[in-house]
Amino acid sequence: MKNRVWMNILLAVLVAGLFLTVSCAKKTVVTDATTIEDQAKAQQDADAKAKAEQEAERIAQQKLADQRAKEQAMKEAKIAAAKQRFVNQNVHFAFDSSDLSSMAKMILKEKAAWLKANPMVSVTIEGHCDERGTTEYNLALGERRAAAVKAYMIDLGISPSRLDTISYGEERPLDTRKTEEAYRKNRRAHFVIN
Amino acid sequence: MFIIPSIARAYDYINISNPFIKKTPVAIPEFKVFTGHPAEIRAGQLARQILEQSLDFTGYLKTMNPAAFLSEPSKTGIQLGQINFRDWTGIGAELLITGGILEQNGKVKLELRLFDTFSTSLVVGKLYSGPVSQIRKMVHMFCSEISRKLTGKWGVFNSRIAFVSTINGHKEIFTCDFDGHNIKQLTFHKSITLSPAWSYDGKWLAYVSYAKGGPDIFIRNLKEKRGAIVNYKGMNISPSWMPGHAELAATLSFSGDPEIYLLTLKGEIIKRVTKSWGIDVSPRFSPDGKKIVFTSKRAGTPQIYIKDLESGEVRRLTFTGFNNTSPAWSPDGRKIAYVGIKDNNINIYIMDIESGMPVQLTMNSGDNEDPCWSPDGSMLCFTSDRQGGIPRIFVMNASGTDQRMLFKMKGRQTQPAWSVSAAVTD
Repeated sequence: MKNRVWMNILLAVLVAGLFLTVSCAKKTVVTDATTIEDQAKAQQDADAKAKAEQEAERIAQQKLADQRAKEQAMKEAKIAAAKQRFVNQNVHFAFDSSDLSSMAKMILKEKAAWLKANPMVSVTIEGHCDERGTTEYNLALGERRAAAVKAYMIDLGISPSRLDTISYGEERPLDTRKTEEAYRKNRRAHFVIN
Repeated sequence: MFIIPSIARAYDYINISNPFIKKTPVAIPEFKVFTGHPAEIRAGQLARQILEQSLDFTGYLKTMNPAAFLSEPSKTGIQLGQINFRDWTGIGAELLITGGILEQNGKVKLELRLFDTFSTSLVVGKLYSGPVSQIRKMVHMFCSEISRKLTGKWGVFNSRIAFVSTINGHKEIFTCDFDGHNIKQLTFHKSITLSPAWSYDGKWLAYVSYAKGGPDIFIRNLKEKRGAIVNYKGMNISPSWMPGHAELAATLSFSGDPEIYLLTLKGEIIKRVTKSWGIDVSPRFSPDGKKIVFTSKRAGTPQIYIKDLESGEVRRLTFTGFNNTSPAWSPDGRKIAYVGIKDNNINIYIMDIESGMPVQLTMNSGDNEDPCWSPDGSMLCFTSDRQGGIPRIFVMNASGTDQRMLFKMKGRQTQPAWSVSAAVTD
């Protein structure tokens, strides 16, 4: 009986030893795996967070750039609009006249301001007439119109060296109809940027 | 030069500047053909047709309908002594022209005779030879002879007309014969080209072109490749030649004000002619070259003035209306044609310089501009847009009658200038 107890004890010890040995080896491996797993996730989380932050930064930057571009575009559009206005807004005259009306002077003041804001620009002032009157007389009349505009621009402080003139007489009508409206449109001084 | 000078002197000149002129009836029967082959018959018919058209073009002759003719000189003879003048006076023909033609291998001999049917005499007879292609020229040379005998002037038959036409979005100078035939493009600047002006001998043409940017005057010899460009600062416009001299008047604005100057053939300034603030433009010389007529705005509206180049004296010519421009001095020196605008109507007027009375020549027929005289003073050439609002070249008799379009071509035609008629030499 005593022998049997010892046998059991031995067996238990052996089994336990075996068990312990096995469980011991197994425990170490599992612990290490858990640690690695945790580190990878943290890295992943950190990466994701960094990425998100980066993305947010990028979006913010983009928004800022967009805003800047928009502002720049608006500014440019404003400048272009001012330039367009400078080029497109003609000064008009009465029939057979090269006198500047108060309306004409107002437009020319705006043009002078633009020329002052753009000191590198020089222009050609074209003088035009309606089709009534003869070709040669209208060439001379167109010249008087361009000259009248040039003189006023000089009065407003623009250097004569920035102001050329040319007369096209009745050769380049904007509107070829034979109506008062067409005639009025065609009697003009027009600015061209050199 | 004249075949029968005594008769030429005896013939009463037709006064072509008489506005109430009755057209003289002229009979042109069929031409005699010497061999009678088809090419010869065709050449004869062509010559006769050109002769009829050319004489009808003048304001003082009227060709008669052949249906009324009582005899046939092509069969009975075309020379003095073979013609029964009673057959012609009987139907009212005051003048008779007979023709004979011989054609051989593309060359023709064309003989033409003008008879005075009432004095039963030969006024002028000529024989022309040359290629068939020159028949038009031969007939025109004979027409010049007729004009010389009847009016004392060479007439228009040897003259050309320069004008401006739009083409491919540009304006260029073209020329044509007096009757609108033979249109040729003269300039190829691909720009705005304006204001052609013939020299007194027809050898030079001045005009304005924007070819180099602004309005410059181009002076060109038409035969030789030489000339000059007048390009002072500002505008260089409205050239006009001095009669008998190689000098021009033109408006230049380099001083800051458009003034009229006298220029050499090279464009050098001889002297300044006008000295008044404002527009001075469109100078035209008197036939003796001693005066110029021009448009000036010195009195507030454009009006026509005459300046004596020697004394410097200026007198205003037009006093009616607020816009009178584009003067043209008649070859006899007595009249100025010009353009007046009244109530938006643009018309051609003519004024006797001495009386100062304006006479309106065009009315209720579109806008009429750019009058210029034929070299003999019998006609005026001008621009009218009476047909569909498109400007075309028209002619009329100096009295304002027989207004008609000279030719039709693409584009818009303006600013005719009539050359002198070169004298026909034997």
